[in-house]
Amino acid sequence: MKTLQLEDDVNATANGDLSRRTFLKFTGTGLVVFFCTGPLEAWQAAAQGVPPTVPPTYTEPPKNTVPTDFNAFLQIGADGRVTCLVGRVELGQGPKTSFAQFVADELAVAFDSVDVIAGGDTDVCPWDVGTFGSQSMRILGPIVRGAAAEARAVLLQMAAEQFKAPVERLQVSEGVITDAAQGKRVTYGELVQGKRIERHLANVPLKSAADFKVIGKSSQRKDAFEKVTGKAKYTGDIRVPGMVYARILRPPAHGATRKDVDTTAAEKVPGAQVVKDGDLIAVIHERPDMAEKALGLIKAQYERKETGLNDKTIFDHLVKNATPPQVMKESGSLAEAEKLAEPFELTYFHSYGAHAAMETQSALATIENGKATVWAATQIPFILRDKMAQALGFPKQNVRIITPYVGGAFGGKTNGQNCAEAVRLAKLVGKPVQLVWNRAEDFQYERFRPAAVVKIRSGMTADGKIVSWDFTVYAAGDWGSVTFYDIPNQRTTAVPVTGIAWQKMDTAGGLHPFNVGPFRMPAVSTSTFARESHMDVLASKAGVDPVEFRMRHLTDKRMRRALETAVKQSGWKPARAPSNQGIGVACGTWYKTYVATVVQVKVDKSTGKVQVERVATAVDAGIIVNPEITHQQIEGCVSMGIGYALSEEVRFSNGEVLAKNFDTYEIPRFSTMPKIEAVLIDNPELAPDGIAEPPIITMGAAIANAIHDATGARLFQLPMTPDRVKAALK
Amino acid sequence: MERAISFTLNGKPARVTVDDERMLLWVLRSDLGLTGTKFGCGAALCGVCTVIVNKEAVRSCTVPVKDIAGKHLLTIEGLSKDEHLHPIQEAFINHNAFQCGFCTPGMIMSAYAFLLKKRQPTRAEIIRYMDDNLCRCGNQNRIVDAIQEAAAAMKGKAAA
Repeated sequence: MKTLQLEDDVNATANGDLSRRTFLKFTGTGLVVFFCTGPLEAWQAAAQGVPPTVPPTYTEPPKNTVPTDFNAFLQIGADGRVTCLVGRVELGQGPKTSFAQFVADELAVAFDSVDVIAGGDTDVCPWDVGTFGSQSMRILGPIVRGAAAEARAVLLQMAAEQFKAPVERLQVSEGVITDAAQGKRVTYGELVQGKRIERHLANVPLKSAADFKVIGKSSQRKDAFEKVTGKAKYTGDIRVPGMVYARILRPPAHGATRKDVDTTAAEKVPGAQVVKDGDLIAVIHERPDMAEKALGLIKAQYERKETGLNDKTIFDHLVKNATPPQVMKESGSLAEAEKLAEPFELTYFHSYGAHAAMETQSALATIENGKATVWAATQIPFILRDKMAQALGFPKQNVRIITPYVGGAFGGKTNGQNCAEAVRLAKLVGKPVQLVWNRAEDFQYERFRPAAVVKIRSGMTADGKIVSWDFTVYAAGDWGSVTFYDIPNQRTTAVPVTGIAWQKMDTAGGLHPFNVGPFRMPAVSTSTFARESHMDVLASKAGVDPVEFRMRHLTDKRMRRALETAVKQSGWKPARAPSNQGIGVACGTWYKTYVATVVQVKVDKSTGKVQVERVATAVDAGIIVNPEITHQQIEGCVSMGIGYALSEEVRFSNGEVLAKNFDTYEIPRFSTMPKIEAVLIDNPELAPDGIAEPPIITMGAAIANAIHDATGARLFQLPMTPDRVKAALK
Repeated sequence: MERAISFTLNGKPARVTVDDERMLLWVLRSDLGLTGTKFGCGAALCGVCTVIVNKEAVRSCTVPVKDIAGKHLLTIEGLSKDEHLHPIQEAFINHNAFQCGFCTPGMIMSAYAFLLKKRQPTRAEIIRYMDDNLCRCGNQNRIVDAIQEAAAAMKGKAAA
């Protein structure tokens, strides 16, 4: 099913237009309107399964855009508590905390007095493109800071009028404005007094880093108490009166057609109702496990499609059938350079990967009186709202998406197939329907990280200088493909990825046999694995230490600094690889975040098992909003990076996804985790950039290079499973 | 077979009349409304549904409800008393030992059962015991730190 058209939105954010455009508009025409009650209480109730009517917080413009009316982002209660509303959802990456930090500093209120509604509700939160691409800090951060800064300036002006004092003389701290000269004080809550205030101020400057009290500190996570007590509600925890649970009959493989079905036994399960609608067969029941039990009693025969494709043949297929790549960057003359130095070509492979969040795809849909309310574990509540409205034939204001806590996403909750199914079933049965996929469905209908092939043809002169670099990536997309190394003659070819291109590449486009989609730093991990492995191949050929070799080809100051920092942290001992130390390095960048990683591995040559013992990674992502959460994101990237590097592979055969649970898809465990030393390079005057994804990109190559350093064996395919390591050792 | 099953739930007597072959996880989540215990895999492979039965950690997704008749069941909802958190919960907060939080109840309940058996475990022992509890967000090192801190905080005190 194709439900989403992400193109416009993704393009707008990917090239930064959204942030710049809306921010300018915002500071130019901001209108201050405070509403003093409503959204927090409404959202809290909604997150518990009670969808109350919500007072409109702002008038949503007809075209989806981040609001310019900053009242959409901020509300001050009569008690002085501040509610910050953002369309970004809490997936674990911490917006409930980091946005509170922004507001606390710019509005000059106590961090503890700020509540953040992160993404939770399309009727309450301002429109937002979605939570992906590590953009919350980079793009929405400045907008929310601007909102808070403008509100502070307006409140100061109001106080100055009340005190009959010059505004410059007033002090503000923790939501209290004072005029020491007259001994007067007033709180924000008293100033606002539940009244509507309309005033705007243009061009209010943001605070500088030196004035931050909360930004840059490891403030306590706002989601902590709920998460350690089991009180945090996820979509599957929502209960509404009259609801039923659904399970859907699935074919054993993609492309299989149903020939025969017998639902008699399922219908005999007390309380079970079999729902048939065209190709859809589902069972609903008042108990989720009873629906599952009844589903298991349905007898169905299928005819499978022989595609000849499996996890081994896929790479030839991808190269032969890939959309013709286009030139992303070209400089110098490859032809001339190849006369100077004999080029050689190596090919790198990356298998399909699954997001495998602990929470499977989940939705609860209710349709009543021409209005649909859908609780959904999603990264894209607003896009999902519009799509569900389209599917139902409802105006978008009659569809409300509520996103409680989300149990991990990593790019995997950007589709909405599950949500569309829940809505369809709710409409069919006339009751609220909760649809939580089981683990096998979650794997089967994944939008996988695409399998991909990278070919690098390069030439190096006798003095160890790379003179030609011809880089082609098939089937993954262009992100991260253009090298940052200084190579005079280079060409990069790839298929550009925009939101819609994911769909062109997947089943419908005929290339990938499954749907594919964004996975924590789409395409960049694949290209980085190939480039950084190849840099080590060249360094060894040149007889030069891999760090020294990179530095010779590197003038980008931020990348050099990141590499120097990681190397220093790791205690790197320069040597030509393989040096038997088991150390490996890799560099990478995405947008304006720079990462360099050094890993140390131990390879068991008899079993081929690789243990990553230590990771030292340096990350330069501009200003760090919350160091503790940043560290958590880096640790998450290290963990998931080890997963894609060493064990995570979606095996399949003729459309059957053989990854069905955690025994057939190995994700990292406690015993997998290395000692992690992350160094945050602070650039306090640079805008905060993304952190949730970039540190993952270097892991594949750093581990591959460390395996080579330990054993002399070079691996060209991810994941580097024990079997592949053993084969490479022979 | 549908029958009444009595047990102690978070310190209080409880009784459900259900098909006794049903898995405890679903009885907890749908019949008893205790949603702190999560569904992750349905096959005892991930640990997010871990609860305590007679001081032992069990994967509630594969335990038929008939197996808990007459036993003491403890879930994440029963671990803290009012707003007073258990030392393991405190330690998870101190170390930010969670991100998305979905595996957290299972992690905490597993750690609880472990610390009943092993009052002062080493890091290696914690890693070995917790190895089948999966966390996709990558908080394992923090969870080990938290369990060590909780063990120290609970020293000399009764675990519950």
